[in-house]
Amino acid sequence: MNPLSRFLVELQDITFLFWRMLRGLRKQPRYFDEMVRHMDSIGVGSLAIVSLTGFFTGCVLILQAYPTLEYYGAQSSAGQSVAITLIRELGPVLCALMVAGRVGSAISAELGSMVVSQQIDAMRALGTSPARKLVTPRVIALVVTLPLLTVAADIFGLVGGGVIARYLYGLDANSYITSLRNGITIQDIIGGIIKPIVFGFIIGLISCHKGLTTQGGTVGVGKSTTDAVVLSSITVIIADFFLSKVLQGFFGNTLF
Amino acid sequence: MFQTETEIEPTIRRAILPVVPAIEFRDVDLAFDDKVILDGISFTVRRGETKIVLGGSGSGKSTIIKLILGLLQPDAGTILVDGEDITQCDEQELTEIRKKIGMVFQEGALFDSLSVYDNVAYRLAEEGIDEDEIEHEVIRMLRFVDLEDAIDKMPIELSGGMRRRVGIARALVGSPSIVLFDEPTAGLDPPTARTMCELAIKLRDLEGVSSIFVTHEMNNLKYLSSEYAIVDGEGRVFFEEEGDKLCLINTKVMMIKQGNIIFDGTDEELQISSDPYIHRFISGR
Ligand SMILES: Nc1ncnc2c1ncn2[C@@H]1O[C@H](COP(=O)(O)OP(=O)(O)OP(=O)(O)O)[C@@H](O)[C@H]1O
Ligand SMILES: [Mg+2]
Repeated sequence: MNPLSRFLVELQDITFLFWRMLRGLRKQPRYFDEMVRHMDSIGVGSLAIVSLTGFFTGCVLILQAYPTLEYYGAQSSAGQSVAITLIRELGPVLCALMVAGRVGSAISAELGSMVVSQQIDAMRALGTSPARKLVTPRVIALVVTLPLLTVAADIFGLVGGGVIARYLYGLDANSYITSLRNGITIQDIIGGIIKPIVFGFIIGLISCHKGLTTQGGTVGVGKSTTDAVVLSSITVIIADFFLSKVLQGFFGNTLF
Repeated sequence: MFQTETEIEPTIRRAILPVVPAIEFRDVDLAFDDKVILDGISFTVRRGETKIVLGGSGSGKSTIIKLILGLLQPDAGTILVDGEDITQCDEQELTEIRKKIGMVFQEGALFDSLSVYDNVAYRLAEEGIDEDEIEHEVIRMLRFVDLEDAIDKMPIELSGGMRRRVGIARALVGSPSIVLFDEPTAGLDPPTARTMCELAIKLRDLEGVSSIFVTHEMNNLKYLSSEYAIVDGEGRVFFEEEGDKLCLINTKVMMIKQGNIIFDGTDEELQISSDPYIHRFISGR
């Protein structure tokens, strides 16, 4: 099969998976407990790495931007510059990449080894749909927790930026906070929440699909795990561009 | 009022036509990539019948079992389970059909994130049956396979044979009317293997279960095709050998070689078969 038709086949499979998942939501049993368990492991489990990522991203943003701002005499916009970059772009994208690495790999490895040890077959033989039992709870958990994690990353990033601005460059804390509050619009925040919701779907569906289509024993599990992380990371970054474009279309290009 | 057979509801049809076989294969073909695995296989398993499937490693025995459950789709041909053509079913209809089939996987295929209790309880829990009833049934099944002590263990803590027995308990929970055993005695010590055969005999003679029993071991063939279970007045189960006055008719043997059925009949016919391959297979030489 050439790469294009392989891509189309995968896209079709993922769409079917999405469809089966949505249908699974309508029907009993809903596996609510599973969902909560996954939210705990995905959400609470990723909080530390996501916060750390956010914090240092905020730090480095101000570290790099401040000298330029100072050159143009625009130090008072420091808070705004960090806030917009973080909330619109870096928060959602970095958070999604971290989660793709940590959770996407775990999902596809787990489902992959279930395929290899025939547990998926056993599950189907016992009358359960793997799409409903395994995919739906994971994807929903990701869609719910990723926006929350993104908000956490954003907040830690803003704090990080503030710390560097205050202690490295001696900017007045009040001036930083004022600039933050004037700089962020409600559109930024809405956009910054919509993105991780979409990214949650992307990571969840791709990882589950890769896991469930694992072939060829233990080596296959390794391969599908790698594929899941690579493919979901790339898709997140590509989707981010198009989402930004769409959001700009909706909210207008509100820059500075 | 006249109705043709196809117009009658499947459930009604089952009641009025008890001759519908439990499992029927009609000219089933299957190939993985270019490799032909099953080449026009046809056979039936009648209601209440046990079909012992023999065949060398890689001859396609597990594949047949997976086809019955709809875990694989054939390239051509028809597979009927209780008179319903499962090759035409979607995943949801298959789920309904699978509810009446119990499957013992060759490698156990236990859910390794669930305890023994939850593994055995899986099917009942999925159906939303209440906890007391589930517990009662799980304990009964585990006692059946002699694993009551392992109830709280995780699969990883069990030996291979114990895992196999948990797999059997999991398959039999909920009293399915069709049971598929894929080498249930491989890797078990002789007394436990014997217990597994007795279990299959009991299901056949006392519960009227139809089953497919894949095995390599001639002992199993001997037990299953020559002994039957009876219950005395006090509910005790006995096993007796068939003799002159009684000959078992509900156990058949089928042998597969390279994707073809080379033998299908009773064990007596198998023993006197002149085919050199069959002779080598049953005598080991
Ligand atoms: N997923 C698959 N992809 C490709 N070939 C497969 C696949 N599954 C099984 N086969 C092939 O199909 C053939 C039949 O396999 P099957 O598992 O049915 O054998 P078996 O009769 O159960 O053997 P055993 O007694 O060793 O369990 C084998 O030659 C195997 O190589
Ligand atoms: Mg096999």
